[in-house]
Amino acid sequence: MSLTILNVLAAVVAAIAFAALNAAYLVWAERRGAGRIQRRPGPNVNGPFGLLQPPCDGIKLMTKQLMIPGGADKALFMVAPVLTMIPAIASFVTIPFSNTIVAHSMNVGVLMVIGFASLGGMAILFAGWGSRNKYSVMASVRSVSQAISYEVPLFITALTVVLITGTLNLHEMASIQAGGFWNWNITPSLSSPLMPVSFLIFFICILAETNRAPFDLGEAESELVAGFHTEYGSMGFGLFFMAEYAHIVIGTSLITILFLGGWGCPFGLYPGVWWFLIKIYFLIFSFILIRWTFPRTTIYGLLNLSWKVLIPITLFNLLLTAGLLKVF
Amino acid sequence: MGTQNVPSPLEQIPSSIVQFAVADKLINIGRVNSLWPLTFGIACCAIEMMATGCARFDMSRFGAEVFRPSPRQADLMIVAGTVTKKMMPGIKVLYDQMPEPKWVMALGNCAISGGPFAFEGQYSIVLGADKFLPVDIYIPGCPPRPEALLEGILQLENKISGWNRWKDPEAKV
Ligand code: SF4
Repeated sequence: MSLTILNVLAAVVAAIAFAALNAAYLVWAERRGAGRIQRRPGPNVNGPFGLLQPPCDGIKLMTKQLMIPGGADKALFMVAPVLTMIPAIASFVTIPFSNTIVAHSMNVGVLMVIGFASLGGMAILFAGWGSRNKYSVMASVRSVSQAISYEVPLFITALTVVLITGTLNLHEMASIQAGGFWNWNITPSLSSPLMPVSFLIFFICILAETNRAPFDLGEAESELVAGFHTEYGSMGFGLFFMAEYAHIVIGTSLITILFLGGWGCPFGLYPGVWWFLIKIYFLIFSFILIRWTFPRTTIYGLLNLSWKVLIPITLFNLLLTAGLLKVF
Repeated sequence: MGTQNVPSPLEQIPSSIVQFAVADKLINIGRVNSLWPLTFGIACCAIEMMATGCARFDMSRFGAEVFRPSPRQADLMIVAGTVTKKMMPGIKVLYDQMPEPKWVMALGNCAISGGPFAFEGQYSIVLGADKFLPVDIYIPGCPPRPEALLEGILQLENKISGWNRWKDPEAKV
């Protein structure tokens, strides 16, 4: 009994530490990457390669004055940043990093991760509504409509993968794809010829779900001040910032498990947690590259892309895959 | 640039009975290394501020490139340009909305004293940002070069923490 509790505690501590470390150093990677893309060095004087920049920002944010605006709804205002962090941490429970490193392998893993991801939209709505600021409300309404319209193709695509693998368990899903890239779900096979398209759509949906540019309409500075976290200073803002990166880690882990074979090596050699990490950091790097090289879309373009392009394609793909699975 | 020995206001704060010297140092180092400015520019000096954030001069080396659009997340207000009387209340509101600790920098002659607009009979310009804001650092020039703004940021870092990023190359050992 006590061993189980210890296990749970260890898992929780590991998940929080992993999320926090990733969040802190992905910010650094993002700023350095932005610098490279814009032909400037980026933060590089604080510590070697600027590696002490995230702790400095952390100290600064934590020691800044905590401010709750006068007209704000105090409870919602305080709960929102915590609520964005919860799904980010909770989803780590069922993500398998390798064959042996998984906190709890659930039979409804895919459902759980996607369900928790939609809790993030709730937090954004709380933040916008709670701060009683018209820009925040506008931004949170935008973010939530975006999140809802991109959850639909996201889930239909995940359903296609579930049809092919025949399981909702993330661990089993990754195990089925072991052996090399020809076994991965991204490679088209006889019963699922459109998988590369599915992968692309899933990637776009994760990009939109995590509120990243070119889909970061929730924090469009030119029109909405700072978006839904306009009224948040100090660590409230820090939590939103961290949650964004934690969500990116979760999203890329999901892509890796659903399409890129989880911890498997492309050539079937030495499968293990290192391949998982290589894959997710490669995906995260592509996220950063996309953010700093594409301009922001408009809200109409964004919603049209989802409802008029992605959803029809994913539905067609689902039907096609279901039919072909029946035939072959 | 001539230097004056203005005593740092931090030194005048009476020290408390309980000392948190190490923690204070750590906090100050954290603060000086992430001075996030507020995104706003009022006049021509703002162009130089943008140049400072761009590739050739790059404020981001000191962790100061995170221009926050919301005053709640900013630490440093760079008053970059001519403050008109109509603009003054807005700037004051922005300053009041920033959470403590916060610092103000007057960039350019206009923000220091009205600059070229200080003449007999002018009716629209506030003669210096320090008429209504507690300015920490004055950066002269019309407009000041980006190097001057960088030097201003380094001076502000020194003022906040008493810590020099680099040794003064002119100091005789
Ligand atoms: S100091 Fe000169 S450059 Fe700066 S705002 Fe005034 S007039 Fe423009």
